[in-house]
Amino acid sequence: MSWILILEQSLNGLQFGLMLFLLAAGLTLVFGIMDMINLAHGSLYMVGAYLMATLTQASGSYWIGLPLAVLATAAVGMLLEVSILRRLYQRDHMTQVLATFALILISNELVRIIWGAQPVMLNTPDALSGPVDLLPGLSYSAYRLLIIGVGLVVAVLLYFLVTRTRTGMLVRAGASNREMATAMGVDIKRLFTLVFGFGAALCAVAGAMLGPILAVQVGMGENILILAFVVIVIGGIGSIRGALVGSMLVGVVDTIGRAFLPHLFREFLPPAMASNLGPAVASILIYVLMAGVLFWKPQGLFPARG
Amino acid sequence: MTLFSAAHHRWLAMLALLGLVVFPLAMQALDQSFYIGFACRIMIYAIAASSLNLILGNGGMVSFGHAAFLGAGAYVVGIMMEEGIVSAWISWPVAVLASGLFALLIGALSLRTRGVYFIMITLAFAQMMYYLFISLKAYGGEDGLSLPGRSSLELGSLSLNLKDEFTWYYLVLLLMVLVLYALHRLMQARFGRVIEAIRENEARMEAIGFATYRYKLVCFVIAGALCGLAGALLANQNSFVSPKLIEWTQSGTLMVMVILGGVGYHYGGAIGALVMLVLEEVISSYTIYWQLPVGLILLAIVLWAPTGICGAFSRRAQHGKGH
Repeated sequence: MSWILILEQSLNGLQFGLMLFLLAAGLTLVFGIMDMINLAHGSLYMVGAYLMATLTQASGSYWIGLPLAVLATAAVGMLLEVSILRRLYQRDHMTQVLATFALILISNELVRIIWGAQPVMLNTPDALSGPVDLLPGLSYSAYRLLIIGVGLVVAVLLYFLVTRTRTGMLVRAGASNREMATAMGVDIKRLFTLVFGFGAALCAVAGAMLGPILAVQVGMGENILILAFVVIVIGGIGSIRGALVGSMLVGVVDTIGRAFLPHLFREFLPPAMASNLGPAVASILIYVLMAGVLFWKPQGLFPARG
Repeated sequence: MTLFSAAHHRWLAMLALLGLVVFPLAMQALDQSFYIGFACRIMIYAIAASSLNLILGNGGMVSFGHAAFLGAGAYVVGIMMEEGIVSAWISWPVAVLASGLFALLIGALSLRTRGVYFIMITLAFAQMMYYLFISLKAYGGEDGLSLPGRSSLELGSLSLNLKDEFTWYYLVLLLMVLVLYALHRLMQARFGRVIEAIRENEARMEAIGFATYRYKLVCFVIAGALCGLAGALLANQNSFVSPKLIEWTQSGTLMVMVILGGVGYHYGGAIGALVMLVLEEVISSYTIYWQLPVGLILLAIVLWAPTGICGAFSRRAQHGKGH
């Protein structure tokens, strides 16, 4: 177990965490402002990846496909908000779970009808398909570096947007006290459509970035959605800062756990058992983390509500 | 107070029971034996959904990880069978106890949180269970475990053949009726009144001296144990157990059944299971894209019939508020 391996896995963890952040940021704002559980958030991620695959193929370029897919997914998100989700804000959480669960069924099936049941190909751009030498002895996939770069840029932009601009201030006001924000004259309805479209756009960025690494297939949004929920619960619902810290924690803990726990277990367990137990404990680790956080800090690490 | 009075309810229930008793005979006469197994599946899910309805509807605890107990029950039967213990007298009670024990652990921790956090932490525990069973390579891991057959059941010197569709059907029917009756009695008893009162106003119940946490925990454990029974039956029904039983979408489906049928209504879980599975079956016979119409119907129900099917036939519209 050399330091090069540790460094490489940390980069992987960072990359995964940043992509989780893109999903969690939208989710936590939706959750925080409207007190709405949106299980269909993962479907937007899936739709984003599929649109990316199609638009990249149609335009022949990854770099033209990306902005088009992001815009198209944002439009889909806003349409969804105006037509259906808006009716659910005043309903209880159980109803929201049911309705957005129905939306998952609908979107999975629509995607299957449009694109077929087989996974769709989405390639990395040619220029970035090889590895780069970061340090002597450490070569790392150029495409994964791009993901880290894009993730960092979006995270910083988002942070400034939410903490330093007027729109961001309104969003934060809405998240910490919706009634008060409305009373002060904030048009929460319009603001929320905007936030939702923005969240959908972030989903599309994550889907487009991860598409070439993971498979673009029906149901791809469901597992990552649960991880995004874990992130926002750890970070504190409605808090962008919490979402960032939570995603980094989950991304790094999950990746490092998967990479090193089997090694660690081999030290004191029979090899067969270690190779079985390692990945399982690694998968469970983040849920233990979440349960632990909820146990000691029931509002998450950075509670948004004042 | 309701469209159907209590006497009507009793008549309807008796009529439904009569229908269920003659159903396999009718199906056999019509040469449609496939539907006997299908009905068994519905009744098993009716038990599972009713157990969820106990905490969701009566207790107001929105658990998003109920499939954990379904999986636990199923895996106990599966693993014991793999190890050579086939007697239902041993493995089914162990399945119920094990699920109850899991529910005690999960409930004891989860019930310290409320609202959205409760939803999420129950989900997290179910996910842990999901990955735990995926890692059990000795018992099939991700691919699941095929069972050699069904459990064996001896009554004195009489040995019931559970592979026989009729015997199996009537056993499942008996268990479902027992569970529904037990839940009915439970909710009529003092315990049930306390649980519903806690749902309505926990602070007040605490103030007048009820140990609300303990009541909720007991309720959670009962629901988990009953769902474990459904899991044990499901393992027998399918002759197969796999981590798919514990996937979060399974918890979602159970929740959908309860909401569809009517949250907090006594037959809500059973009716929801019936309608949901029949919908799936009917629509999937017309199109392979059955999830699309099912999703649209669910969405329509949420938007226009929020109290579920039982609620639509009853004027006590505010009966089933979640929280």
